[in-house]
Amino acid sequence: MTQSLALGYIPLVDAAPLIVAAEFGFAEEEGLHLDLQPAASWSMLRDMLDFGQVAAAQMLSVVPVARALGLGGGAQPLETALVLSLNGQVLGVSEQVAARLGPLAFGAPQAAGQAIAALGGRLRIGVPFPFSMQAELLHYWLERAAPGVCVDIRTVPPPRMAAALLADEIDGFCVGEPWGSHAVEMAGARLLFAGSAIWSQAPEKVLACRRGWMAEHPDAAGRLLRAVWRATRWAAEAENLTTLAEVLAQRAYLDVQPELIDRALAGRLLVSSAGPEVRVPQFLTLHRGAASFPWRSQAAWIGARLAARSGIDPVAAMDSARATFRSDLFRLHLGAVGAAMPRASDKIEGGLEQAEAVAGVAAPVILERNRFFDGAVFDPAVSA
Amino acid sequence: MIEQLSIVVVEKDRDRALLIVDALREAGDLRITVIGEESGLARKIAEQRPDLVLIDLRSPSRDVLEELALASGPMDRPVAMFVDRSDTGLTRAAIEAGVSAYVVDGLRPERIRPILDAAIARFHMFSRMRSELAATKAALEERKVIDRAKGLVMRAKGIGEDEAYGLLRKAAMDQGKRLVDVAQAIVTAADLLR
Repeated sequence: MTQSLALGYIPLVDAAPLIVAAEFGFAEEEGLHLDLQPAASWSMLRDMLDFGQVAAAQMLSVVPVARALGLGGGAQPLETALVLSLNGQVLGVSEQVAARLGPLAFGAPQAAGQAIAALGGRLRIGVPFPFSMQAELLHYWLERAAPGVCVDIRTVPPPRMAAALLADEIDGFCVGEPWGSHAVEMAGARLLFAGSAIWSQAPEKVLACRRGWMAEHPDAAGRLLRAVWRATRWAAEAENLTTLAEVLAQRAYLDVQPELIDRALAGRLLVSSAGPEVRVPQFLTLHRGAASFPWRSQAAWIGARLAARSGIDPVAAMDSARATFRSDLFRLHLGAVGAAMPRASDKIEGGLEQAEAVAGVAAPVILERNRFFDGAVFDPAVSA
Repeated sequence: MIEQLSIVVVEKDRDRALLIVDALREAGDLRITVIGEESGLARKIAEQRPDLVLIDLRSPSRDVLEELALASGPMDRPVAMFVDRSDTGLTRAAIEAGVSAYVVDGLRPERIRPILDAAIARFHMFSRMRSELAATKAALEERKVIDRAKGLVMRAKGIGEDEAYGLLRKAAMDQGKRLVDVAQAIVTAADLLR
């Protein structure tokens, strides 16, 4: 018998795993019917989860951690057993700021930070949500590449990013695709670098559930995790890229030009409306390496960052954060399907200049290049 | 004497905003401000120093309100989503109606209740209107497709309107499909073969 599950998402390129699971038979294979429900904001998606209107939802990786630390709104604690995507963000500035910055190589956060610091004055930067990897990467970058710069970080719904630039409400933005490219096209914005230039393995979206839902519904949770994990594998195959872009572009989903999506999926970005197009390695990772694995160290990094900014005890914060990334449930449900299964549930974040094989449960696991722009290393054992 | 409550309604559609304001006025003596512009929303709300903010649950601008919840300066009045501090029954009712409310810290639930009840009733009406409108639109679209298919059958077979309609109906019944789906197939095929 087919079981129906309601799933929430926001029409973004990185909703691909959920849309693919529903559209290409991966859910059906598991005896699931996925009822995909679009939301217009992260707040709305969170309410849908809180009040049980959806069993699971695409969610910003920072949200479950923030909730565990008592930051931001919402009623229910959340957890995740699957990372849906790494990176996929872009950072850009308005036409006016770009002109003042002068010539600047794309993909050089250190140089971009220095140039921004030299401008002086106050900078207003838009992010989609106060608790998002976009906001975290932005804080991390400015702290280290442009210390002392006065920044206002403002929440701007991604589809409004271009309008906010044109109305002079913001000077720059950090946002996921297709909305960065949209701002380039509609508002003459210039991209400075991709999020992966700040941290090449930053967990961006996760599949979130209310805490306890997966334990209470082990059968449904297992089917859902397997279907979505197989969908990430399909979505990451180069030969499926065109099909995927066409499906995501449909009116029922993102309702934008397939070309915009195609570029984001392939990691080809138009830096400004006049070009050039650049290829960004590791721009958006949906599956490669152990991308789906919810590393406890990723949650710890997010927890440590939030704690430092909010004046919370970092050790306790990292502990609460780690508990929201359920690598144990990933192991339980995805062991049999051949998902990359590392022996450890923590890794050192940063400091890995090129892909490397590490011990895995059945076979070695490839860890992809994992680097912070300033060469920093986050060791959860030492930091705790 | 209880101080007059200040309410901000975030709503782009002028007519809808007026209907909400009317309903709220009946609920009590309130200072109501409507903000229709998305630009500079956070600043405009902060300027009003509201006790309560009402916004359509589906509004993309809701995430902007999340930012206000973080305001931490000594002069700031943190606004939190209603979910956090009230009975979940009322919150659930609000969510089902499609309205979300953000209340300032420390406001007593019994002061909010009548206002929220009024807002919930009004938003319920909106969502009914919205689904009625959608149903009417869909029916109109279906009608158009069936008329086009009928015309195509009439021309292709040189038959009259009633007969063409009868053929379409029979085909739909024989195949266990909806009339509009059969009509759509004919229209699509005709477009392809043109």
